[in-house]
Amino acid sequence: MTIRTTLTASLLALTAGMAAAQTDITVAIQLEPPNLDPTGGAAQAIDSVLYSNVFEGLTRFMADGSVVPGLAHSWDISEGGTVYTFNLREGVTFHDGTTMDAEDVKFSLDRARAEDSTNAQKGLFAGITDVTVVDPLTVQVTLDGPNGMFLFNMAWGDAVIVAPESIETIASNPIGTGAFVFDEWVQGDRIEMSRNESYWGDAPALESATFKFISDPTAAFAAVMAEDVDAFVGFPAPENLPQFEADPRFQVLSGNTEGETILAMNNGMAPFDNVLVRQAVSLAIDRDAIINGAMFGQGTPIGTHFAPHNPDYLDLLELSPHDPERARELLAEAGFPDGFTTTLKLPPPSYARRGGEIIASQLRAVGIETEITNVEWAQWLEEVFGNKDYGLTIVSHTEPMDIGIYANPDYYFQYGDPAFVAIMDELNATTDPEGRTALLHDAQRMISENYVNGYLFELAIATVAKAGLSGLWLNQPTASVDLTGVSWSN
Amino acid sequence: MIRFALRRLISLTLSLIVASIVIFAVIEIIPGDPAAFMLGVNARPDTVAALREELGLTASAPARYLAWVTGMLTGDFGTSYTYKTPVAGMIADRIWVSFPLAIYALILSTLIAFPAGIYAAARRGRLGDVSVMAATQLGVAVPNFWFAMIIVSIFSLKLGWFNAIGFPGWDAGFWPAIKALTLPAIALALPQAAILARVMRSSLLDMLNEDFMRTARAKGLSRRQALWRHAVRNAMIPVLTILGLQFAFLLAGGIIIEQVFYLPGLGRLIFQSIQARDLIVVESVVMLLVFTVIVVNFAVDIAYAAVDPRLRGRR
Repeated sequence: MTIRTTLTASLLALTAGMAAAQTDITVAIQLEPPNLDPTGGAAQAIDSVLYSNVFEGLTRFMADGSVVPGLAHSWDISEGGTVYTFNLREGVTFHDGTTMDAEDVKFSLDRARAEDSTNAQKGLFAGITDVTVVDPLTVQVTLDGPNGMFLFNMAWGDAVIVAPESIETIASNPIGTGAFVFDEWVQGDRIEMSRNESYWGDAPALESATFKFISDPTAAFAAVMAEDVDAFVGFPAPENLPQFEADPRFQVLSGNTEGETILAMNNGMAPFDNVLVRQAVSLAIDRDAIINGAMFGQGTPIGTHFAPHNPDYLDLLELSPHDPERARELLAEAGFPDGFTTTLKLPPPSYARRGGEIIASQLRAVGIETEITNVEWAQWLEEVFGNKDYGLTIVSHTEPMDIGIYANPDYYFQYGDPAFVAIMDELNATTDPEGRTALLHDAQRMISENYVNGYLFELAIATVAKAGLSGLWLNQPTASVDLTGVSWSN
Repeated sequence: MIRFALRRLISLTLSLIVASIVIFAVIEIIPGDPAAFMLGVNARPDTVAALREELGLTASAPARYLAWVTGMLTGDFGTSYTYKTPVAGMIADRIWVSFPLAIYALILSTLIAFPAGIYAAARRGRLGDVSVMAATQLGVAVPNFWFAMIIVSIFSLKLGWFNAIGFPGWDAGFWPAIKALTLPAIALALPQAAILARVMRSSLLDMLNEDFMRTARAKGLSRRQALWRHAVRNAMIPVLTILGLQFAFLLAGGIIIEQVFYLPGLGRLIFQSIQARDLIVVESVVMLLVFTVIVVNFAVDIAYAAVDPRLRGRR
């Protein structure tokens, strides 16, 4: 056989394979986005559908959580770390045909940090003092001080680049620069998108994609089993996963999210203003029992408020081992030999509702009685988060790298130790990686040693997909069902 | 007759006004600020204030109530807080799933209940009656969402006759749409059919004891002839009343069934809007359902009065 025939044969095989491969996908996620503007709401579902697919930022998250160039192919940082000069990619157009240039970047950043901005993560833009267009492909961003997180911040879905031409209707007709063009949203049913044929980067293998939104666990199970959907990212019923694992038609991906699931304590209120009480609560918790009992084994134990898959994570589990004996001693030392009664408010997700029952019994074992109240999210936001009217609550903090919330004394668990604030200030001003790692370790250790909250586990995310599908994200460094690298192998 | 209709019309209007006040008040009382909910846990207070301003939440409650009611009178149901689209358009889209589903379920329920009820009444006390009554007892007891899961696991997962979830839309054609609504309609219809069959049976049995039935038998009709010609027709009045009430129930029952079968109807819209504190949508959809129920009742009242002159004086 000559080289030429081998080549022809393999080409034929390749084209035959390509002709047979499916080029559309139906993906289910749990919640429907309330609108399609990633810069105008906190709902994760908006990013799940649109991040990287339709909208892109100056930088972007990769599946492993790293931050890489996005619409800016490179940048220069001034001596003092306060001026970032972004060099934008050439020939990038929005889906409506208009050009993406420095003016759009300036518009997007100025809009997000404006006084009347409704950006849910306005804090990401807080340090920006000026955005200047140098030329159509160069934009200069000036900060009020060095910010080691700035490039990371610009990768968030809330910092994507939007165009003034299409901003009025962004909530229902999102126009971005991404590899997929938004086609249609049948509210309550589906969102459709198709491949952007004039995409600046590598063309995705998929030609079209449909998103569906199924929150009911039974309906989710039926939809996957009946093959009405090709993939379910964030499958809501962990108890069904073994069944899918055993079925050759499906594959199950068990990944991590950025969700530190914590038993939050109201540090501003007695008795939780006493570190001994907080330590007692932390030692009363048996993480494995919660992970196995409430999450069907899905989840990684954490000893601090940091994602365990992050290279800067510090394993501090030994500070709060399961030790009910010691917990009772600590309570006695704190002046509660007979324990006390407090409230435990549980938002809707199963980690809270199921986990709450288990934690209540673990606390009872050391003498702490809890009055459990189930609350809806809106109610949780008002009572717990807003009015700080609670003793204990369980919640998963899903924003990436959010240890900074401990520096805010008004945050709902009311910590804000000045020493911790000092660490955070220093971290923000530090750009060299080693220095940042050391400071992040200090920060993690400090909140663990102060037992600010009970640290439970890193929330897992399970994706159930048809066997022939590859390229879906395993982990969720940010909420995203990034379809740009997804393809069918059969 | 005209005076009666007018009196009913005034009471209908009063009912609507009271309903609108109650709906608005209840939704005001539910804790949870829509703006804070939309912006989540990292939002800054000034951002929440800016969004509240944008959504028009800063006005006083009476002012917002008046704006809502006067808007509805002119057909403007407001703009959804979260979806940022006119509520009227959203409702119009969803009605084309929920109303056909309710009507489909109503037809199925009637088709099952009437024969079952008549059969049971005709065979009172015998095996046929006992089995039908046992079946209806089960039908009343089983929750429709559980029943939905069972029929999905049989007809979708095992047999593969139907899609487990979803609705292709009427654009996909009449039959595909009807097919997608079939399992949900059955799940909605069976518990209602069970209730209806029991009402049909007891109402028929009441009629069988009436004097006119004895007269009918005396003039030479067979038991069966008397049943069909006289009893069934007279037994229909309470049955139709129940049927009218059931239509409202089927519309509301869709809230759960639409979740289980993933149908983009009004029920799913209410469910999602309550969770998202999209209060303007919740208010308007609930008001629409109340309006439907009140108008259906009004129509039934008028129809009764037209048929039965005795009712006009009584009310």
